[in-house]
Amino acid sequence: MIHIGLIHYLIVSSILFCLGIFGVITRKNAIMVLMGIELILNSANINFVAFARYGNFGNSGQLTALFVIILAAAEAAIAMAIVLNIYKMFSTINVDEIDTLKD
Amino acid sequence: MNQIVNSLQYIKPEISAAIALVVLVIVDLVMGKNKKYLAPVMILGLLVTGYFIIDQFNISSFAFGSGNNKYGLLAIDSFGSFFKLLIIFSSIIIVFFTLASDEIKKANERLGEYYALIWGMIIGMFFMISAADLIVVYISLELVSLSSYVLAGITKDTLRNSEASLKYVIYGGVSSGIMLFGISILYGITGTTNIYEINALLQSQQIQGLIVTLSVILIFAGFGFKISAAPFHFWTPDVYEGAPITITTYLSVASKAAGVALLLRFTKITFIDSVNPDGSWNIISLIDWRSFLIIISILTMTLGNFAALWQNNMKRLLAYSSVAHVGYILLGIIALSNEGMMAVLIYFVIYTIMNLGAFFVVMLIANKIGSEELDDYKGLGKAAPVLTVSLAIFLVSLIGLPPTAGFIAKLYLFLALINAKMIVIAVIALLNTVVSVYYYFRVLKYLFINSSEKEIEPFGLNIPNLIMLLVLVTSTLVLGIYFTPLVNFAKNSITLLGF
Repeated sequence: MIHIGLIHYLIVSSILFCLGIFGVITRKNAIMVLMGIELILNSANINFVAFARYGNFGNSGQLTALFVIILAAAEAAIAMAIVLNIYKMFSTINVDEIDTLKD
Repeated sequence: MNQIVNSLQYIKPEISAAIALVVLVIVDLVMGKNKKYLAPVMILGLLVTGYFIIDQFNISSFAFGSGNNKYGLLAIDSFGSFFKLLIIFSSIIIVFFTLASDEIKKANERLGEYYALIWGMIIGMFFMISAADLIVVYISLELVSLSSYVLAGITKDTLRNSEASLKYVIYGGVSSGIMLFGISILYGITGTTNIYEINALLQSQQIQGLIVTLSVILIFAGFGFKISAAPFHFWTPDVYEGAPITITTYLSVASKAAGVALLLRFTKITFIDSVNPDGSWNIISLIDWRSFLIIISILTMTLGNFAALWQNNMKRLLAYSSVAHVGYILLGIIALSNEGMMAVLIYFVIYTIMNLGAFFVVMLIANKIGSEELDDYKGLGKAAPVLTVSLAIFLVSLIGLPPTAGFIAKLYLFLALINAKMIVIAVIALLNTVVSVYYYFRVLKYLFINSSEKEIEPFGLNIPNLIMLLVLVTSTLVLGIYFTPLVNFAKNSITLLGF
């Protein structure tokens, strides 16, 4: 029986963070890139809650996580609207093909 | 509860801005298709907010502390008021720009949202400037970013507008996410998000330097994105070129001002041990923040200046030039002294005026000839002498040649660097300035020397635009000769709460 401690949470959050960065860099679909950003935000959330629980920092970590969840929702809403508009203008959401602005 | 009510008196400008936003939305709803009252309502709101900022100029206090904690979420001081006034000033000018812009006139039915989102940015920037807690930093940064993502694509019907907002939202989302991850690590090490408490813990030397350094570098991703410092500047040229030109101007002036204010406050509060009587700062030995900033600064100005050399689009050229200017501004922070901080404040006021002027001329020319490409600028020197001569003055000021204001700005920066005994870096910055001469003068060559194949109809300016232009030109020239009031104003504004 393993005792789940702070270190396990930190490993999970680090893996999520790396997956998020990996997704942002390698995915071509704009929606997938946005999902990578969500992963990054959630990895930070895990950190906040785990540190608050195991470091005895009171409720501040959980409160921060709540704020982040709200902001992530707001950001996702705006990003989706922008992607919809992109689809209307370019008929694609592949970020590599959206390159009218170049040197 | 009592503390919250007491703190409300310190955030009068923010409250006033929030009320102005609501009023603006209501006016827009009531007036329906009639959009001509929006600009006066906007200006009125800005003036009232400006009055409240001047009113609390000399107050320094924490706001929104909790119970037994002597620090608060916000730090109200004259440094913050200085930058808030700068933002009010640039917002007022932007409203005038909006009235003159043909690009925004095409999206007239969205003018209500446009102004409301600018208010959103203003509120975010105010909180960013006075933030003393990393959570407030993150939330206010997101508030500014979310509003500007939409503003970058506000006209919705051109390809480059939509592309600009997509690129902005992706780069912005990633860098604020990385910043949040850094904040979470710093929270784990220190148990707090308040930068004053973090400073006290760093001074006690009980924590490991390596992890703190890592988390601070991650946090810098967010700041670097806002001020477009390398290597987080990739969005700058695309977004600046694609966004409507009023928004480009606003991003290059106001949101950069808020970012620099945030970075200055973060640097001074978090990493400074004490301030010597001669004004230089003692940095905490745990983190080599100075070397980090030196690398970022040199990288930023070199990349900005060299990439600008082969730009053929005026907006893109000014975007790279603004990246280079961020590099110069970081030099003032590197000096780590009160003198350097004063130099940054002076630089920013002057940078705001000359950048507003340069973008204004580019916008007026684009209104007439419908293009920002340098090839279409050929022979404009004859067709529109007033416009092009003013553009020349702004560009000379951006280089930093006397007798314009840009010279004074650079002079104070270099003096601060030399007094901090950083001659090598001053020389590198000077060489960078020499490189920048080439691309600014290239624009002038297109305007005055190259002649156009097709005849360009001479065009003038209408009276309001002419007045606006004259105001900006005279302030650029006058500040180059008579700058004592500005210097004194900056000297009085360098007090940060706590030091």
